[in-house]
Amino acid sequence: MFNLERWQEIFETIRKNKLRTFLTGLSVASGIFILVILLAIGQGMENGIGEQFKNDATNRISIWTGVTSESYKGLNPGRRIELDNYDYERTVAKNIDKLEYKSGLYSIWGGLATYKGESGSYRVEGVHGDYQFLENETLTTGRYINQNDLDHYEKVAVIGNRVFLDLFKGKNALGEYIEITGINFKVVGIYTDPGGEREETRIFIPLTTAQRVYNAGDKLRSVAYALHQSDNFEEALAASEAFTTQLEADLKQKHIVSPTDKSAININNSLENAKRFYDLIGMIRGFFWGVGICTIIAGVVGVSNIMLIIVKERTKEIGIRKAIGAQPLSIIGMILHESIFVTAIAGFVGLISSLLLLEVAGPFIQSEYLKNPSVDFGVAITTVIILIVAGALAGFFPARRAANIKPIVALRDE
Amino acid sequence: MGSNSLHVLKGINFNVNEGEMVSIMGSSGSGKSTLLNILGMLDEADEGTYTLDGTLIKNLNEKVAAKYRNKFLGFIFQSFNLINYKTALDNVAMPLYYQGVKRNIRMEKAMHYLEKVGLAEWANHHPNELSGGQKQRVAIARSLASDPKVLLADEPTGALDTKTSYEVMELIQGINDEGKTILLVTHEDDIAHMTKRIVNLKDGLIIDDSVVKQVRAKEAKELQMLAKKAANV
Repeated sequence: MFNLERWQEIFETIRKNKLRTFLTGLSVASGIFILVILLAIGQGMENGIGEQFKNDATNRISIWTGVTSESYKGLNPGRRIELDNYDYERTVAKNIDKLEYKSGLYSIWGGLATYKGESGSYRVEGVHGDYQFLENETLTTGRYINQNDLDHYEKVAVIGNRVFLDLFKGKNALGEYIEITGINFKVVGIYTDPGGEREETRIFIPLTTAQRVYNAGDKLRSVAYALHQSDNFEEALAASEAFTTQLEADLKQKHIVSPTDKSAININNSLENAKRFYDLIGMIRGFFWGVGICTIIAGVVGVSNIMLIIVKERTKEIGIRKAIGAQPLSIIGMILHESIFVTAIAGFVGLISSLLLLEVAGPFIQSEYLKNPSVDFGVAITTVIILIVAGALAGFFPARRAANIKPIVALRDE
Repeated sequence: MGSNSLHVLKGINFNVNEGEMVSIMGSSGSGKSTLLNILGMLDEADEGTYTLDGTLIKNLNEKVAAKYRNKFLGFIFQSFNLINYKTALDNVAMPLYYQGVKRNIRMEKAMHYLEKVGLAEWANHHPNELSGGQKQRVAIARSLASDPKVLLADEPTGALDTKTSYEVMELIQGINDEGKTILLVTHEDDIAHMTKRIVNLKDGLIIDDSVVKQVRAKEAKELQMLAKKAANV
């Protein structure tokens, strides 16, 4: 390994065959380059999708209702199922120790809001106070809906940042009255949402007020819960799935809905969604590894080919070496050494250039599903090990061939 | 080697004593190269025995053969067989490298042998910068480097003109004078007569094995130069 003579020989052959060595190296370098970039993209997707789940509390469970699709217990399909305050309260009462946040929801699409001549159409949602945390919203000024608002049917509104910019043009909004569908509401807070602008075009008002103002009685459009956080993802997922199953069964029984009806009562479990995404990312990652490894194999086959040609070209030289006393093992060592050297250098070039590219271009990639693509140290080490193994493999067959050359045949070779 | 077997040597029995200088002659196909290859452990006889310095050379695997070649034998080839991308000095040092000699000792020894063949000044030149005669001298220095028991020369002058041939032979004779055993394959009569014994092969059999009076290459060279002068006058 640290034999000067052998290094000289390697440099000598490389110097003699610059273009060939360069092309071979290029295939290995691009293989590693592609592998690292693919892995980084995998990581970036994981980062990006992880970011997506920050929009809402990650263990949020939402219930939506629709129209029944199956006849059940003598009832025809096509019935509209509606949740009411009782559904919400009953679940809360049963699971009070499991729930971290809980809120009912009654919403109006396209509620017209006006303030001093400026107007816009926004989603108006009547909610409980916990809804702020279920939507992962942060208040920039003021406060959110509180229990007092709910108890006294207060006409107060918390507006999204976009709504604030549309209607108030950056002027003070707190304490001002805006008209929503013809009724005056006092603005008590402004919020931002990590989900972006679309999530900030909403106006929240107390649920009780909404039900009264829009003649909804005790009906709810939707209910949202969040379970207590758990450090262990698997545990959290299991608890959340158990809660979801039990809740679904309970609601279906109460509203006389077939257990197999998919459209009447719809429970969306964000942890399950997250798991589905993480599984998907896992698969994409596996795929990327596969593609990357195949690219490296192509490179390695190239190196192996080149080494075979080198052995062929050096047949006579190998014959001379053997005639003056070279052991087969030293011939094998010579070829292997060269092949590992070429793959390793080329591979490091690929590795370093891909890391440089990630370092330079990575921070600029901020799309919704791809964020800050990068590889960790462990991955870099793995690729290095792959490289050395690949180099050894690439050299092995040519080396064995070289070792088997009979000196008498080789010397005759012209 | 094809599937057809061909009996090249059909019964060769001869001894070479230490310090002898023997030439093996014969027309092409007589088996002289095969004999030399067997002696050089590059090939193995199907039958019979070969004893070198009291060691029976038999059933060699590559590893042992390489070791014996390195220890016992020095090769001189018709086409020199130097490694082109190495300097003369590195070429000479190569057998020592395979003996595991340390680099500085190796270079010192190699230099010594290059001096011996009169090419010390050319030590750092590559073979393609040398003339045929110089190349063969480097090859001779290389064959001597590992201090072998026997030198095997396969048509050492085959690629050289007469004058250079005689110079090379002069060198080889000098080496023999110092006590090294030399076997030399040739088909040139004048070269053969510069050795001390001629073994004549024909169709794989020895037809003649006789001690001859050695012609000194130096004298032959002078004679030739005189003849040339005479021709020019």
